[in-house]
Amino acid sequence: MERTTIDLWVGFFVALGVAAILGLALKVGNLTSSNIGETYTVTAGFENIGGLKPRAPVKSAGVVIGRVDGIRFDAETYEAQVTLKLDKRYAFPKDTFANIYTAGLLGEQYVGLEAGGDEVNLKEGDKITHTQDAVVLEKMISQFLYNKASENKSDNKAAE
Amino acid sequence: MFSSLKSVIAKIGHNFIEGVWHLGAGGRLFFYILVYLGESIRRPSLIVREIYATGVLSLLIILVSAFFVGMVLGLQGYNTLQKYGSSEAIGVLVALSLVRELGPVVTALLFAGRAGTAITAEIGLMRATEQLSAMEMMAVSPVGRVLAPRFLAGVISMPILAALFSMIGVLGGYFVAVPLIGVDSGAFWSQMQASVDFREDIVNGVIKSVVFGIVCTMIALFEGYDAPPTAEGVSRATTRTVVYSSLAVLGLDFILTAFMIKV
Repeated sequence: MERTTIDLWVGFFVALGVAAILGLALKVGNLTSSNIGETYTVTAGFENIGGLKPRAPVKSAGVVIGRVDGIRFDAETYEAQVTLKLDKRYAFPKDTFANIYTAGLLGEQYVGLEAGGDEVNLKEGDKITHTQDAVVLEKMISQFLYNKASENKSDNKAAE
Repeated sequence: MFSSLKSVIAKIGHNFIEGVWHLGAGGRLFFYILVYLGESIRRPSLIVREIYATGVLSLLIILVSAFFVGMVLGLQGYNTLQKYGSSEAIGVLVALSLVRELGPVVTALLFAGRAGTAITAEIGLMRATEQLSAMEMMAVSPVGRVLAPRFLAGVISMPILAALFSMIGVLGGYFVAVPLIGVDSGAFWSQMQASVDFREDIVNGVIKSVVFGIVCTMIALFEGYDAPPTAEGVSRATTRTVVYSSLAVLGLDFILTAFMIKV
């Protein structure tokens, strides 16, 4: 075959390959969505983080506004210290509530922020003091059973 | 009785020595090819010609099978996922299984069948018709002139083909899930993007396909170079290329996955 035709086909082939890798990175992978731009870091202490993982989304009103940067155990307070990277465009009041929610019944866990009413905003390195732990299913079930049992007891007493 | 036992043990020993000898000869050839790699890079026209033979000519079978594999994944995945009411997760299923496993592995298997056999038969026949000896007579190294460009071409072509396989497979899954079944298009892509990681999934897939490219091309080259110079010898070498390549790819895939997935 003609030399230039082969060159043309191979060039086409390599370009196609590069396009495929780019397509995988941008359309299939999360190379674009993980890019939040400039961020500031705040921390939050939780007594129980459940199944929260690094890189989990931080949402407010359901919109992703940041990511969980790191999780470590604080041996002094016996709490989990969660570092959150939030988008610089969004400022939150100092008394913002941080909750750990679960997406769906068995889905991944994320941090939900609910804005408070304070006039001063959170700055780089601040700590969110109002937090609510992850819901642990076993705890909830045992609590439910306990309540049920005590309800039955009071019913029995009323019947007597 | 005693002599038959002796001959059985002798056969095992013979086969073992044969196997070790082949492994050593393959390793030596690999080393030679690495030595001549620099020389062959200086003649890119040879490499381009081989990329055309191994890569471009394999495009059709790779793309068509990728589309069908993607469509089958879409159908099968939907069938199971809808029982749990999470048919939107079909995009995640198709993308992860293609990018992590099926893309590199199926591409390597097809590559061994499509391009590997061609390489083995070509080199085996070159040896049988004494073209390689003729080159040596003219002080041209057959390793540098014939084997090294084919090796490079195989190593370059494989990741490109695997990436194309994954991309076309995802499109095949999309074709089944969105227009045919009616899964929401936004959920399909967004759930996929939320769970496919660039470093962990896509780059690891590319690493796998590069390793498979080295192994498949190397096996094809060695079997061709080592083939007895007869019609039967070349045909057996071609068969061995497919068998050894497939086994090596599937075995290596397990080892690579075990390294990549942190348990």
